[in-house]
Amino acid sequence: MTQHARTEIASTVRSIVDRWKGEEGPLLPILNGIQRELGHVPRESIPAIAEALNLSRAEVHGVVSFYHDYREEPAGRHVLKLCRAEACQSMGGDAVAERLQKLLGIRFHETSADGAVTLEPVYCLGLCACAPSAMLDGEVIGRLDDAKAQEIVAQVRT
Amino acid sequence: MCFVNEIDYGTPAVKSDKTVTLTIDGRSVTVPEGTSIMRAAREAGIAVPKLCANDMVKAFGSCRLCLVEIEGRGGTPASCTTPAADGITVSTQTERLGAIRRGVMELYMSDHPADCPACAQGDCEMAAMAEAVGLAQNRYGQEGANHLAPAPAGAHEVNFKELDISNPYFAYDPAKCIVCSLCVRACEEQQGTFALTVEGRGFESRITAGMDEPFLQSECVSCGACVQACPTGALQEKSVIEMGMPDHSTVTTCAYCGVGCSFKAEMKGEEVVRMVPYKDGKANRGHSCVKGRFAYGYATHKDRILNPMIRQRISDPWREVTWEEAYSHVASEFRRIQHQYGRGAVGGITSSRCTNEETYLVQKLVRQGFGNNNVDTCARVCHSPTGYGLKTTFGTSAGTQDFDSVEQSDVVLVIGANPTDGHPVFASRLKKRLRQGAKLIVIDPRRIDLVRTPHVEASYHLPLRPGTNVAVLTALAHVIVSEGLFDEAFVRERCDWDEFQDWASFVLQPENSPEAVEKASGVPADLIRGAARLYATGGNGAIYYGLGVTEHSQGSTTVMAIANLAMATGNIGRPGVGVNPLRGQNNVQGSCDMGSFPHEMPGYRHISEDATRAIYESLWGVKLDDEPGLRIPNMLDAAVEGSFKALYIQGEDILQSDPNTRHVAAGLEAMECVVVHDLFLNETANYAHVFLPGSTFLEKDGTFTNAERRINRVRKVMEPKNGYADWEVTQKLAQALGKDWTYTHPSEIMDEIAATTPSFAGVTYALLEQEGSVQWPCNEKAPRGTPVMHMGGFVRGKGKFVRTAYVATDEKVGPRFPLLLTTGRILSQYNVGAQTRRTENVVWHEEDLLEIHPFDAENRGIRDRDWVKLKSRAGETSLRATITERVAPGVVYTTFHHPETQANVVTTEYSDWATNCPEYKVTAVEVSPSNGPTGWQEDYEALSQRSRRIGHVEAAE
Repeated sequence: MTQHARTEIASTVRSIVDRWKGEEGPLLPILNGIQRELGHVPRESIPAIAEALNLSRAEVHGVVSFYHDYREEPAGRHVLKLCRAEACQSMGGDAVAERLQKLLGIRFHETSADGAVTLEPVYCLGLCACAPSAMLDGEVIGRLDDAKAQEIVAQVRT
Repeated sequence: MCFVNEIDYGTPAVKSDKTVTLTIDGRSVTVPEGTSIMRAAREAGIAVPKLCANDMVKAFGSCRLCLVEIEGRGGTPASCTTPAADGITVSTQTERLGAIRRGVMELYMSDHPADCPACAQGDCEMAAMAEAVGLAQNRYGQEGANHLAPAPAGAHEVNFKELDISNPYFAYDPAKCIVCSLCVRACEEQQGTFALTVEGRGFESRITAGMDEPFLQSECVSCGACVQACPTGALQEKSVIEMGMPDHSTVTTCAYCGVGCSFKAEMKGEEVVRMVPYKDGKANRGHSCVKGRFAYGYATHKDRILNPMIRQRISDPWREVTWEEAYSHVASEFRRIQHQYGRGAVGGITSSRCTNEETYLVQKLVRQGFGNNNVDTCARVCHSPTGYGLKTTFGTSAGTQDFDSVEQSDVVLVIGANPTDGHPVFASRLKKRLRQGAKLIVIDPRRIDLVRTPHVEASYHLPLRPGTNVAVLTALAHVIVSEGLFDEAFVRERCDWDEFQDWASFVLQPENSPEAVEKASGVPADLIRGAARLYATGGNGAIYYGLGVTEHSQGSTTVMAIANLAMATGNIGRPGVGVNPLRGQNNVQGSCDMGSFPHEMPGYRHISEDATRAIYESLWGVKLDDEPGLRIPNMLDAAVEGSFKALYIQGEDILQSDPNTRHVAAGLEAMECVVVHDLFLNETANYAHVFLPGSTFLEKDGTFTNAERRINRVRKVMEPKNGYADWEVTQKLAQALGKDWTYTHPSEIMDEIAATTPSFAGVTYALLEQEGSVQWPCNEKAPRGTPVMHMGGFVRGKGKFVRTAYVATDEKVGPRFPLLLTTGRILSQYNVGAQTRRTENVVWHEEDLLEIHPFDAENRGIRDRDWVKLKSRAGETSLRATITERVAPGVVYTTFHHPETQANVVTTEYSDWATNCPEYKVTAVEVSPSNGPTGWQEDYEALSQRSRRIGHVEAAE
């Protein structure tokens, strides 16, 4: 990481911590803010958060690692979450998952080499009625089939 | 041989006035309200299966093994989290419970290594629990998702973690971990460090240290609480992995700091496998720190000297001799010197590391055998002002409370002490109370860890300039008196009212106001006012202090200023309050109690009291000198002058621990017979003519007295490697000098102490066996000892207020020496480091560092880790710098654990006006960049090398 990026992270983290540290239960709002601003929660922000809130590094790490939405590394430009829960599986989710992984050229938990897309499993989007389902950059997509998979791939490649 | 087994009640004891009675498996049991069903069952003799609970931490209810059925209630609640209720009927063993437990255990075992070596050793509760619940099968196999092996190549790795052996004393094998979180809770609730966490969620949950770091790099302080709590072999002592499980154990007392923790020495043959904190130990209540728990390896270190040695001149190599030759050589030399230079030309120094019995014998040897009072002890350089100050104001030379008292404190004032490093087990107990809501005031030049550490933050930190304790404490008193915050009823009843009024008028003088004191101390007046109001009005106020109070030119005055504050606010004579010195060494309290000072007989009775002398004169059959003898600095001065020629030093390294090293060296060099009785060829031994090998605390019986006046038993677990316990060696010396000592066991020495010392009159080994430990005074008035002193009134009668005028030290900063140096210690090392440097603890602190503020460092062109020269008017030394804002601008700080650093080359000969306790905590210095060690360090290193040669004589044919 460049020195410039490090300085930028430090100053962003500091301003978010300062904004929330006087509030009750400040840890989650701080982590949300960092995730929103930086697209991930950098490892080096943990000691700074711990110091500001008078917590241990271990406690902050425990919370960060508990929530899958706090990323250790920035995601690709698009994030595709594919539901792997029971209802979607029973409606052909496995085949769609295989198809998408092949089309994108990545496995789950990976980001494509060109940084276009990150593929993640998710366990239920509450869209079981339209299974199998997915979520692309926060927008839910129901009744996934081969055509929709192609459409998604085309969209993330542009 | 037996194994000390402690009952684990599963959940902590509950204090309550109300009790409830319930029936468990047909047995009726009555417990305090709020007690868990699990604990109630254990008290009735029923052990409910469990994995995630122990009686040191709060119940958590995660393992699902301890389920029970309660008549009339649905489901199967966890017995650890369900409180006992009046009239309920509980079953801990039914067919349904058995089936559930077997199911749960089967799942656990399907993800537990089939070949777990800890299970095989018996150090893993998994095997025991599987047996307890009758598990006979594993239908799941171990092929599915598990935590036992790395995921196949290319798969997303979330479950497997590598073995972590970074900590020198214990290993963490995540494959054996069941994520019960006992270790996390022990680290948080017991130790208060919060170094561990559960990472991830669900099946991916893993225990990690810090932010997924190796233990050694995390916040872990290696106290061992997690290892002790772990129900599986996931966290295990490396010594157990190497040596296997111990087969017998003995309860004894740690020989490090003044907390005096009780440990079980768990043994295999004559070897210590591990030291495990003892839950019934009243000082530590089952907790420990890295030193007591793990750093005992020095006891068997190869550097230990096991044979007596003699040499004519200190430039000669050592010559190994028989014990008989050593005794007769010492006896004839001491006789010759006394004949030639006079009776007063010899003396002895007792050790705060040795037992009460051994200390008593050394002062007896000096008084009876040498016929003078030239006996002193290392407390001279640490807590002698405590003795003087508390004796003057309260009437006894000791702290007023037991450690349990802190559980009832509301405001804690810590001054000149760094408990998290110096007295870690007490610090953990203190932090626990602070997390419950008690307030903290810290008065210290340095921002010590307690000022702000996870979940603890001081309400006030008064960062005073070193040397201004008296000014700041008197200013606190000024606020308390001027704002009418003192406890008039208490003062009128317990103290001398006229003296109080005199003192009150003194503290009210304008020069004692916070605003005036701000100039000298650098502490903003509003901080002083806030702290004073909090201490006086915040409820039970307790003061804890350390060497930052005593090691000053006004050390005794500071102790009295502390006593004044406690008396004025009525914070004396009940649990939760008091004045508590945190004693540096394991037996400083005891060595002072045993008459180690040149002016006092055992029990702090002045040598000039005819009645006291008469007791010992009739028992010992000699006439005792009624004049006090020489203190350590006086002995050294007299040696340089030529009138003091021989010294017997038991277990103290005065060259390294006493101030102004060059003066000590000159004094020792001028003597004709220096006898060093120690484990190692320490720095003082470089100047010795006779070396007598010492024994460790593991090799002898005796007692240590800790900071709370608690007399704890030390029990022998192995034969002395050198052949004799220290008390036996002193006895042989006395016999060589013609004294008819015939002690066959230390208990007989304690009997003599009890028979001659009123405050110890009731102490016997039988009583200690029965009670575990007792706090003196222990006599017909207090047959089971005295946890809190001055309950109904002060020992001296009326509490005495003493005017405490602030006199600035003569050690002043100026153009040549513009910075103030103060010294302290660090968690992993102990005192001069003779023990801890010979253990793996060096991984945490391999050298002494000079802490310097970024402002002062920049002015001098010093970067982090640079070599710097530290120079005072007494001398100079070199060490590396570390740049930190812990110290204020104008203040630098270092530790004195390593002999290469020789921090005491720099400290001066200034000392406390009343007791000669050296002013270690204030030295005017200059710091400048340097290339490496100074000339003195190099010369001294060469001398050490030369002086430690041992000549090996050809074996006789």
